[in-house]
Parts: sequence; structure tokens; C-alpha cells
Amino acid sequence: MERLTSREVAICTGTGCLGLGAAKVVSAFKIEIEKRDLQKDVRIKETGCPGFCEKGTLVVVHPPGVYYMGVQPEDVQEIVEETILNGNLVGRLLYTDPATGKKAIREDDIPFYSHQMRLLIKDNIKINPKNIDDYIALGGYGALSRVLSQMRPQEVIDEIKSSGLRGRGGGGFPTGQKWQSTRDAPGEIKHVIVNCDEGDPGAFMDRALMEGNPHSVLEGLIIGAYAVGAHSGYIYVRMEYPLAVQNARIALKQAREKGFLGKNILSSGFDFDASVHRGAGAFVSGESTALMNALEGKVGEPRPKYIHTSECGVWNRPSVLNNVETWANIPLIINRGSAWFSSIGTKRSKGTKIFSLVGKVNNTGLVEVAMGISLADIIYKIGGGIPGGKKLKGVQTGGPSGGIIPAKDLQTPVDFDELTLLGSMMGSGSIIVIDEDTCVVDLARYFVDFLCDESCGKCTPCREGLKRLREILDGIVSGSGSEGDLQLMKEIAGVMKKASLCALGRSAANPVLSSMTYFSEEYAAHIIEKRCPALACKALISYCIEPKLCIGCELCNKNCPQKAIRQEHDISVIDQSLCTRCGICFDICPPKAMAVKKISQGQSRPADHSSLNTNLKSSLNRSRKA
Amino acid sequence: MIDSDYELLDNIIKRYDGIEGSLIQLLLDLNSELHWLSKDVIWHLSQRIGIPRSQIFRVASFYKAISLTPVGRHRISVCMGTACQVRGAERLLDTTESRLGIIPGQTTKDRNFTLNRVNCLGCCAIGPVMVVDDDYHGRMNSKRTEKILNALGAE
Repeated sequence: MERLTSREVAICTGTGCLGLGAAKVVSAFKIEIEKRDLQKDVRIKETGCPGFCEKGTLVVVHPPGVYYMGVQPEDVQEIVEETILNGNLVGRLLYTDPATGKKAIREDDIPFYSHQMRLLIKDNIKINPKNIDDYIALGGYGALSRVLSQMRPQEVIDEIKSSGLRGRGGGGFPTGQKWQSTRDAPGEIKHVIVNCDEGDPGAFMDRALMEGNPHSVLEGLIIGAYAVGAHSGYIYVRMEYPLAVQNARIALKQAREKGFLGKNILSSGFDFDASVHRGAGAFVSGESTALMNALEGKVGEPRPKYIHTSECGVWNRPSVLNNVETWANIPLIINRGSAWFSSIGTKRSKGTKIFSLVGKVNNTGLVEVAMGISLADIIYKIGGGIPGGKKLKGVQTGGPSGGIIPAKDLQTPVDFDELTLLGSMMGSGSIIVIDEDTCVVDLARYFVDFLCDESCGKCTPCREGLKRLREILDGIVSGSGSEGDLQLMKEIAGVMKKASLCALGRSAANPVLSSMTYFSEEYAAHIIEKRCPALACKALISYCIEPKLCIGCELCNKNCPQKAIRQEHDISVIDQSLCTRCGICFDICPPKAMAVKKISQGQSRPADHSSLNTNLKSSLNRSRKA
Repeated sequence: MIDSDYELLDNIIKRYDGIEGSLIQLLLDLNSELHWLSKDVIWHLSQRIGIPRSQIFRVASFYKAISLTPVGRHRISVCMGTACQVRGAERLLDTTESRLGIIPGQTTKDRNFTLNRVNCLGCCAIGPVMVVDDDYHGRMNSKRTEKILNALGAE
């Protein structure tokens, strides 16, 4: 192989990779480079998240862009020695295709990336988000300068309208139309707002953009402000994302220094500035009207929806609120034209969408695809299928207010309208893959429990409806469900849908309704047979030890927190009256034995399985004697 | 409140002087410095910025990021987001609870640990996730939990 004259090492320092130890990798590189006196030749760049969090820490050596994965501090010396100095590859750190065993060297060779269409997050691995020059070097702020020098505000809005861009936060409202109503609304003072209060559990695309490429969002925001005639803006970031808060603040400061913010931007006569507001930890604040209350320093409760925020928003002034991803699309549309943008996607959903692919799937991470791709392609081609040879049960999309789509509907193209037809929704774009080990009833209960916690309590249908749903579902998963439960839940859901104040309440029953539609047999098993087919609901399962498989290593009884396991005739036996079903014995049983089994027999509290064990044991003893 | 707290309060109030609607930002800054807000702090804040105590209390009690009870030296948050949930967050929380002898929202008797459950920290791909004093730990299991808690002096 030719000698690689490496000059730059890009290391992902997004929150995902940091959680896997990226900071230690960075300092290991710094020490190694200094030790070899290479500071002049090799630059270390701490970048944003390119999406393949599963394989963090990600390190790319440029040129030619060798993509290393799962890098640990102890690998650094070898990378510097082999790749940077000698131009060789470190094979074990390259991506290996699990099917073919082929190694991938560059980003484009990796199936996880090659099946995507990456317009928004592709640059994350090339940019140090704390350095505006990196963004400018890739053509950043070019769209802004074009807009300010060549386009009138109405032309900008028309361009966005004809691109067909729809809001990426969940609702899918046409962005151009939103801007138009704010532009047309009476009032001198108008505001533009970035919604980075990404509360949907399982979604993190906004975090990745805000942390990894904050200037793309800011450029979109300034263009939007110019189009609607706003001179002040807010970037609302949830405080659970400290790095996003920090990078947004740095981005504002640097943009101000370069003259992209402030008075008379790029000598156009247009004035605009923005500030960062931290959210204080309330899911409902991500709802647009609640967010505006929070911006005013008040409790983040939604306002009645008949007053449109585009005409009467924050401080009762016309306000445009868009999601992070929506804003980041704006410079793209200006640069490459609305015709190009609308050529991507489906009839009514244009462009790309970033999804977070998580749960029981091999390649978890952020995935940017053209609208209209099927769920199956996302899960199998990009996600690499389900780990451990398990069977896929379904896909949960749209966050806690979304729905659960069964495996049979996986060929559905992903766009705003198709997902709604299936009783789910696009939401902010989380795709949570569940396999046969996940109990759908328990998952629905989990979402209702989550929303119960997060409901602001202002309107009765949402506040009380969720509590009743939680009670009923708690009953079902603990084995005390009755046959009228399903009908009752349908009725409650109907009222919530019609009478709740905001989208949170109106869509809160979605997970319950969709799971009842597609997985009715699972509900029936819980309610009638008192059995959990997925072996997940604690109250309906029990653990027992198969005497034939037990090797008597005593790992389980040493680790059992309840001291519920005793040794009898060289094998372990669980005392069901003491067992709390924590599952530690199940996890700890050595793979060569796998003697601990989960069973759900169809009784709310299974009988003492020590008797079961005794029976099996006596048969074992008999066979031994024989 | 001690003397340095008054000084801190003054400095933070100055930061947001004249900025409309900055109450939440102010409370967040105070919370990150003091880790929790006592009745005293809220009373003095109310005096200084002229917002009624009832209103400050309403805002402070609504948002999860602001604590109205004392917290321990080390703050442990276990993520209960969906992705972490399907990867065994419940068990991670169980282990942590039984190790520390407290449930979420509580602080250990020696004031060393406060345990919280949080709804999604946005690092779903590396779940289950635990945050210990602002450090993110991905792919957690009971063994690593034990190691981390021991290092911080869990009894």
C-alpha cells in the first residue's frame, strides 16, 4: 500500500462517542503526537457526530479518510505508528461486514453509510463545531450571502414554498406557508425560534445537528429571519444537552465576530441577533406554544391552539418556530434550488429525513435517508438486521405519542402521510426496533407512564385520562386485567383525542391504540391466560433452573440479592417465594450452561418452582441411577 | 444562606439584568451552582428581582432540572428513554437502587449520592446510559455500575 501522508485525525466527540470514552482517545492522540514531535504535521480535529454511534469512538484519518471504529486509547499508538507514519492500515479497527467478512476502508464502503442519503449530517465528521472557519471552508454562509445580496424576502419564501419542505419536528406543516403567515401578520416586531427541545425518548438527531454543525442551523435561522422580517431570534435547547448548549453559544459568538449576526449583516442593511435559552427539563415544553411560554420565563404549559403562533407567538408577537432539522435544510435549498430539493422524496414529503435507529438492531445510530424509503430497508440494509438471530416483532415510530407498527407492514414507505395512515406518525424521527423479547403491552404501559409524568396537568382529558390508562395497563401487566379493559381504554382514548388542549394529550393514546390493533393476541394472553408471551412482564413470569443443564457452579446463588437460590444435590434451585424476578441469575448463568430459564405458565403468581425442580431432579436422579 | 451565596445570587442576577423572561435561565444558573434552591434562596431572589415567591416557586417546581430539596455530592441519573428501556435500563436502575438503598428522587443518608431517573439523554445508540456527575457512561451493566459506585465511595 502507498504511504499515506496523513495530516488530519478527525475524532468524533459527540455525546455518544464521549459516553464510550472519546475524551480519553483525544488525549491519547495528543500525547502520542507530541511524544513523536508531529504537532506541525498532524492536526487533531474534534468533530461532531456522524451517526454511527454503535461503533464509537469513531476516528477518521485524512487523507485518504481511513475510517476506524471502536477506537480505544490503547489503539492510538498503533494508529499513529502504522497509519500516520507508515501508511498501513490497522485491520482490526476497520468496519467488517458481518455477512461477507469484507473490510471497509472509507466511509462510502460501509453499508451503514452507503445506503443513506446524507445531506445534513455528512459534514459533521469534517467540522469542528467550535470553529466557524471549518463551516465556512465547506461553503458555509454562502446561502446567506446570496439571499442578502440577490433575493427579496418574498422570493426566499417562494423558494421554500416550492421546495415542498415540511416541518421536521413532527407535525409536518409546510414551512413556507408558516413563514408566509408570519410575514403577512401585522406588527413591527417578529421573532424566529429554533426548537431544540428534543424530548422524544429515542430521538437524538437534533442533538447531533446542534452539537455537530450548529452553524448550518444558525444560517437557516438568519435566512428565515430575513424572509419573515424578524430581528431577534431564540435558540431553545434542552439543558439535558449541555454540549449542544455550549456549541450553540460558541456559534453565536463566532457568527457575531464574523458579521453574520448583529447590525447591518454583510452590509445588506439587515439587522438580526439571537440568543440561547435553556429548557429546564419538561417534555411538554417542546410543544410550540408551551415553548413560547417557557421563553417568556413562565411555566411551560401549552396555550389554546385557536390562536396561531405565526401571528401571536412569543410575547404575543408573530413568531416562526421550526425544528432544528427544518432550519438546517434551509441553506441547502437556497444553495441547490427548490427544484433539486423537491426531486428527492415522495409526492407529499420532500427531501431527506434523519432518523435515529435504536433498540434491537445491529447498527444503531443516526440515519439520513430520502423520504419514501421502506422501514425494511432502514432496518435490514442500513441497520444490519436484528442481533442474536431474534425475530423482529415491530417498530415503534414517532416517540411516545407515536404507534407500534407490526413486522408485516415493514414495506411501508416512510413519509409523513403513510405513517399516519398506519396509526403511528413520523414525529421527530425515532425508529425503535423491538424484537420477540419486548412485550408490546409493557411498552405501551411504558409510554403511558412516561406521558403521565410529563403531562402538564392543565387540561383534564390528558391529566386524568393518562392516569386511568396507566392504572388499567398496570393491572394488565401484573395479571389482574379483566376483559372489559380493552373497551374501556378505547373509550378513554377517544375522549383524550377529541378534548385535549394540545398535541401531547391528543396523541397520547396512540401507543395504546396501535398496539391493541396490531397485537390484540398479546393483550389477550395477558388478560385471559395471565401469560406474557415475550416473557418480559415480571409479575407473569418466573425463573427456574433446569437441573439437567445446571453445572453447579453456584454463580447464581452467590449473586442472588434475595438469597433465593440454594444448592441441592450439586445443583441450584430457586425458592419462588423469595424470588423477586430481578433476572440477575439469568444474566450471570455461564453461556455454556444456560440453565436458568424464564417461563410464563399462565398463572398470575406461578406455583413454587422448586417443586418443579424437584420433579425434574428426581427424574434426573433416576436417569443417573439407570 | 452563607455570605458567598449572596454574592453568587448578585452575580447571577447581574447576568440577566434587563433581559425579559430570564427567570428560568436565572434559576438554572443558581441550581447549577448551588445544586438545589432553599426557601431562603427563593425568598432573597424574590426580594431582589421583584417577582413574587409564589410565582418563582411555581416555575421552580414545574421544571425537573431545578431541585427544591438538597442533593448529594454525586448525582447519578439513569436514562429511562425508550431505547435504553428496551436494552435493560429497568434492570440497571434496579441494581443501582439496591446498591445505594434509595429510590429515584432520594439522597443517601450520608448525602453522598442522589439518584434520579431521566427521560432520554439523547445517546440512545449506546444505551443503557448512566450519567454520573456530568460524565456519560454508555453500555452499562451491573458490573460497571458496581465499579463506578465503589470508586465514588458507596458503602
